[in-house]
Amino acid sequence: MTRSPFSASPSRSSAVVDIDSQRDPFARLRPSTRARIGLGRAGDGLPTDALLDFQLAHARARDAVHAAVDWDTIATGLHQGGWDQTPLRVQSRATNRPDYLRRPDWGRRLDAASVGTALTARDDETPYDLAFVLADGLSATAVMQNGVATLLACRAALSDWRIAPPVFATQARVALGDEVGQSLNARMVAILIGERPGLSVAESLGIYLTWHPLVGRRDSERNCISNIHPDGLSADHAAALLAWLAREGQRLAMTGVDLKPDERALLASPGGSPAVPGPSEHQAQS
Amino acid sequence: MAYSARLGTERHTFADLKAVMACASPRRSGDELAGLAANSDERRVAARRVLADLPLRTFLDDLLIPYEQDEVTRLIIDSHDAAAFAPVAAMTVGEFRNWLLSYDATPATLRALAPGLTPEMVAAVSKLMRNQDLISVAGKCQVVTAFRSTLGLPGRLASRLQPNHPTDDPAGIAASTLDGLLYGIGDAVIGINPATDSVPACTTLLEMLDAVRQRFDIPTQSCVLTHVTTSLRAMERGAPLDLVFQSVAGSQAANKGFGIDLALLAEAHSAALDLKRGTVGDNVMYFETGQGAALSADAHHDVDQQTMEVRAYAVARAFRPLLVNTVVGFIGPEYLFDAKQIIRAGLEDHFCGKLLGLPMGVDVCYTNHAEADQDDMDVLMNLLTVAGVNFLIAVPGADDVMLNYQSLAFHDIVSLRHQHHRPPAPEFEAWLRRMGMTDADGRVVPLSPSSAPVRRLLEG
Repeated sequence: MTRSPFSASPSRSSAVVDIDSQRDPFARLRPSTRARIGLGRAGDGLPTDALLDFQLAHARARDAVHAAVDWDTIATGLHQGGWDQTPLRVQSRATNRPDYLRRPDWGRRLDAASVGTALTARDDETPYDLAFVLADGLSATAVMQNGVATLLACRAALSDWRIAPPVFATQARVALGDEVGQSLNARMVAILIGERPGLSVAESLGIYLTWHPLVGRRDSERNCISNIHPDGLSADHAAALLAWLAREGQRLAMTGVDLKPDERALLASPGGSPAVPGPSEHQAQS
Repeated sequence: MAYSARLGTERHTFADLKAVMACASPRRSGDELAGLAANSDERRVAARRVLADLPLRTFLDDLLIPYEQDEVTRLIIDSHDAAAFAPVAAMTVGEFRNWLLSYDATPATLRALAPGLTPEMVAAVSKLMRNQDLISVAGKCQVVTAFRSTLGLPGRLASRLQPNHPTDDPAGIAASTLDGLLYGIGDAVIGINPATDSVPACTTLLEMLDAVRQRFDIPTQSCVLTHVTTSLRAMERGAPLDLVFQSVAGSQAANKGFGIDLALLAEAHSAALDLKRGTVGDNVMYFETGQGAALSADAHHDVDQQTMEVRAYAVARAFRPLLVNTVVGFIGPEYLFDAKQIIRAGLEDHFCGKLLGLPMGVDVCYTNHAEADQDDMDVLMNLLTVAGVNFLIAVPGADDVMLNYQSLAFHDIVSLRHQHHRPPAPEFEAWLRRMGMTDADGRVVPLSPSSAPVRRLLEG
């Protein structure tokens, strides 16, 4: 919440000019935007309340970037939600957060241990229709708050498909899903990943869907569904969009810029924007 | 050709001029990501030692990106003004640094020199400079441009009002615009980054901004920062477009990644000039750049990211822009890791652009995964103001709710203007006075909700 010295605020100070508890000249405008308008002024600076509101939002965003996912809790949540395959855990070549932030190229590739063990223990060579990867990306908070619900909803929306065991990926970028899907012999991979936190939302999840995953796939070969969180796109809507894209992608044997959702698919999303799945444009993630 | 320097008993050798330039750069994550950075601090200084003794004209002969392969190189070489270059033609890079700092380098001599300088010469000398050198020489460069307001005049600080909205809602954008106007922001441009890149959506926004401008008779220009092809189509359909925007980079391949080439920019430049919408000038282009853009497109030709950035300014320079700004902290920590790197890069970009004759502004900004915060932006915005930056960007409360990063707040511009005595563009300053938004000293004062300007802008 952004408090304004224009509005009746319990902590307002007489040092803040232009207080008029009777009316907020921005009242008519505020519903149209989340932007921090009408903050008022303490001289040329921000009033104390507005300053601290901003610092809190930034602190939460930073914490989301630097927190770690508690994968045991995620595993328990999936199990309780009825997904009884044992999750596979993998790690990128970035071994810590500073390396992850500096070296996106390391975050796109599996470390040797992950390639050697977790993903190769197959007793059945029939390809999976799809593999789900849940990845920390740039917001562990997004995974902790929205990962289980979104993953369960996505799986339920494709319940007739042959789905690989869920994969949990640490220090991961979007393209890590390609190597996972390739190793698992999956025809498609959907990576659910924490998006770069903003000040207004620190717990947004994105999904990137890639047909025929291979190391070296380009971002233009994926479809993206972003802004998945309680105040954005709901888990159920995201799952409906993903299922539509996955089925169309399988039918046409492709994903990416040429796979465009039709109006039926878009009806599943409130307002059509910003949840409209398109080619991947989230550079910070990739 | 290889280059080397002996420091004490150790000889440092560099395979080519690109390696000298990359190793001479201050440490930064983008060059490390590209595998181009020096592997020790000593090697960094060795590269600077080599650079200091190189004749400036080396950069006209030993081309970092081949002429045959790259139209940006061809632009740089073909448009080089040998007569303008003559006064410094005999200098080494180190001597050039001394001369730039000397009293001989005045606003007039620097303006005359600009067409004689190439991006590589400017990047090279910047690598020998401390932050204070970058500030003091940039402060001597004056680049004045105009459309409906006159920007870059000495002693003034302009601002871009950036009223972005996550779904391009015209009411939300208007709300942020009116908020910014009440702080006296927007004399450089009122510029929206649209969420969707379509002709109808951009036309809607252009019409809304133009209506606001005309209603309050604001002497400024508006811009929707959409792809140049979208602007071309909007102009064909008669949209009220003041400025053509485009992101540009320092190689032909990187520009291809943006979906542009020089011919397309020339076409758009000509179309915007034909509209003749400017009243006090005809600079109609707005370019954004940022270190790391070429590397992220894998189009950097193993050239360091700062040199690639300065090459982008050669692209901008060809089209007489009203505004150019680097989005310095936007691209992320894999290119500029922390506040130290962002601050240095912001000062380099501003200096290099100004020396090449560009109307440089800066988006003083950072993302939430970079090691930076608003305190660091306070440092950079003050340094740039001292350096005479043409304009800075501001958003409500420093929080861009569409692009999810932090820039400066409207408050910050007000504070800089008052503390450094840098009023806005003269036409806009007169408008603020007419609106009753300034006091006797010309300051944009806090306004009460019942004051005339608030009532007029918000309820009128």
